[in-house]
Amino acid sequence: MINRFADPAIGKRILEEIRRFGGRATIMEVCGTHTVAIFRAGIRDGLPETVNLVSGPGCPVCVTPVETVEKAVRLSFRKNTTLFCFGDMMRVPAANGTIESAISRGASVRMMYSPMEALEHARENPQVDTILFGIGFETTIPLFASVLMRAQEEDIRNLYLLCAFKLIPPALHALLSSEDAEIDGFMLPGHVSTIIGEDAYRFLETRYRVPAVITGFEPVDILKGIAMLIQLIEKGIPEVRNEYSRFVSKQGNPKAQETIHAVFTECDASWRGLGTIPASGLALKNGFSRFDAEALVDFDIPAIPERPGCLCGEVIKGKKKPIDCKLYGTVCTPSRPIGPCMVSSEGTCAAFYKYAFVKKRGNHET
Amino acid sequence: MKHENVTLSMGAGGKLSAELVEEVFLPAYGNKICNTLDDAAELTIGKSSIAFTTDSFTVKPIFFPGGDIGTLAICGTANDLAVKGARPVAISVGFIIEDGFPMVNLKKIAASMQKAAASIGVKIVTGDTKVVGKKEADGIFINTSGIGATMPGMCISCTRAKCGDDIIITGTIADHGIAILNARQNLDFEPVIESDVAPVLPIVEAIADYGKYIHVMRDPTRGGIASVINEIAKASRVNVRLYENRLPVKKSVISCCNLFGLDPLYVPNEGKIVLFVDHRKTEDILEKIKSVPEGENATVIGKVLDTAFSQEIPPVHIETALGTRRFVPLLDSEPLPRIC
Amino acid sequence: MCLAIPGKVVELLKDRQAIVDFMGVKKTVAVDLIDNLKKGDYVIVHAGFAINKLDRRQAREAIKEFETLLGDDKPVR
Repeated sequence: MINRFADPAIGKRILEEIRRFGGRATIMEVCGTHTVAIFRAGIRDGLPETVNLVSGPGCPVCVTPVETVEKAVRLSFRKNTTLFCFGDMMRVPAANGTIESAISRGASVRMMYSPMEALEHARENPQVDTILFGIGFETTIPLFASVLMRAQEEDIRNLYLLCAFKLIPPALHALLSSEDAEIDGFMLPGHVSTIIGEDAYRFLETRYRVPAVITGFEPVDILKGIAMLIQLIEKGIPEVRNEYSRFVSKQGNPKAQETIHAVFTECDASWRGLGTIPASGLALKNGFSRFDAEALVDFDIPAIPERPGCLCGEVIKGKKKPIDCKLYGTVCTPSRPIGPCMVSSEGTCAAFYKYAFVKKRGNHET
Repeated sequence: MKHENVTLSMGAGGKLSAELVEEVFLPAYGNKICNTLDDAAELTIGKSSIAFTTDSFTVKPIFFPGGDIGTLAICGTANDLAVKGARPVAISVGFIIEDGFPMVNLKKIAASMQKAAASIGVKIVTGDTKVVGKKEADGIFINTSGIGATMPGMCISCTRAKCGDDIIITGTIADHGIAILNARQNLDFEPVIESDVAPVLPIVEAIADYGKYIHVMRDPTRGGIASVINEIAKASRVNVRLYENRLPVKKSVISCCNLFGLDPLYVPNEGKIVLFVDHRKTEDILEKIKSVPEGENATVIGKVLDTAFSQEIPPVHIETALGTRRFVPLLDSEPLPRIC
Repeated sequence: MCLAIPGKVVELLKDRQAIVDFMGVKKTVAVDLIDNLKKGDYVIVHAGFAINKLDRRQAREAIKEFETLLGDDKPVR
């Protein structure tokens, strides 16, 4: 039954409907996973030119400040320590290299698919301090919270968390509060939404009067989401709708939300490319403060400036496309990334570089 | 100098591996034969045409569903020869073994090697063993080199793909990479997904009479079919279209790829061939491939277009299930280290 | 980063875990975040954890809509 959402026959029909749309619309795909899914399914190639998809800040690797990555690098060099990190994060250049290159210089780092692996490692290696590099949005945050709760129950003393999580709704506030937000509608991240629920986005209707559709990740989901958004934009209906209703309810997953609130408390956070956004990050609550990795090392990290010319900040706001950046495709490529949008496999620039027909500046479609 | 140190990504067979070869090895000892960068070198000794190849195996874990490092070591090298259109004749083996490696495992590996070699009538004729201290090698590393006699009529080269060629894959893709990943992550998948490691010589022998019409053959190991097809397209200066609907992938493999965020196009295979063939003989060649068990799931997955090749534009794209198109680029590094 | 895959719960285990079947491939998954999970439920799984349950009614309604779009009257399973 679930496979119908990948059915190309249905997808083609919805694409036909979208192609009948005459007006112009600029839609922001908030989530990096959507950016890649849209490319991989060939949806970008199929949309009419008048529908402009711009990327958003929903790529955790892309919005983690370089100084935080540098903290992770330094922690990985600590004696009797192993850092657990998601794959993409390992290739972000920090002050003197990436987490991956730190391994070549003797650091102990393990790539993980699930934070549960770090808990198992901590349990099996009591003489080693296991540090989790905690990045991600509301989809991933409850997982880390669950892992810490289990560690608390089992009285595990050698597990730590470098806490760098970000929250999506405050980022949307920040985008829409800025001077020249030219976004006609939002494609909202389906899996973040399964946790926080449809109601978490009401402010888009009440405060900003912008239409938005919570969208899943199968090709049919994405096409349906785009079709629904176009209808709302065309009719001038500034409402939030839910395409992903099979996994997203109005209240989301209350148990996951409780788990997050049991372990973390909201705080201001710095987003690479966007600056500080109030109440957009998380910090460990007092009851879990013994898991804080920041207490392990006296960090003294100076601000690490962005490379001049790097437009990642503008790209994740949807204001510029990768092709507008002078560094894109010339000095900034996936094998030699300068900015975070090129490092992450879900970063806009990396996705464009890999999949888009317009590859480098000045090229034309085949 | 572009890089200060050798990094893990350079061993992955993608763009960075190519850079390593171009930056260090070719300037040091490159020559006309070596510079073709084909899977096997073509030599003429007297009147005979010989293919010569080498490969090292660092797969982790050593034992995995469907085979072990020994099976891989023989099949990998024998297959590099077979896809060059050469019948493997003899293989050498070099072992680097860590102090303390269990003898019972070494015996198992040696037995696997003999089994694989015997299945295609190839002999292991010479070898060497080194033992290093604890933690100086991870268990066991194996190098095998092989020589083969080029079959008459075979003239395989990455540069021979032509406009109008059909592209054939001899069976399901991504099996090996996923089998290794599951075994490595100690994942409790059921049913167990097996590596497709196997000799491809029977397939090549079945189509030996069509040598004239077989332009390119490659075994799509590291980097998957996407990488070899990109390399071939670039070397031959042609553009390629693949068809998503035609790719043979096992459902369980798709499922695992989804779970790990992997694209089956880039996941390694160890018992398959990608062929570029003259489209006038596609049906005949396909029939012959399917007549041997190793090739029963062979199918056409794409074709070479007659559009102009350009260095600026990626040469390979895919027609998606929706009927739209996107590029299939050469990735810089492979997401799965120590896969073979 | 928000990669999550749907699967069917085939067995509940102790210690807040369950075996989930993804198109024929079975894997153990943590279910700390789900209440009242039953064998036969479908869940969406992210990085080794189930993060929500499938609402079958909503899924069936969405598919009915698609089928109208396609103009075929095959019953929804």
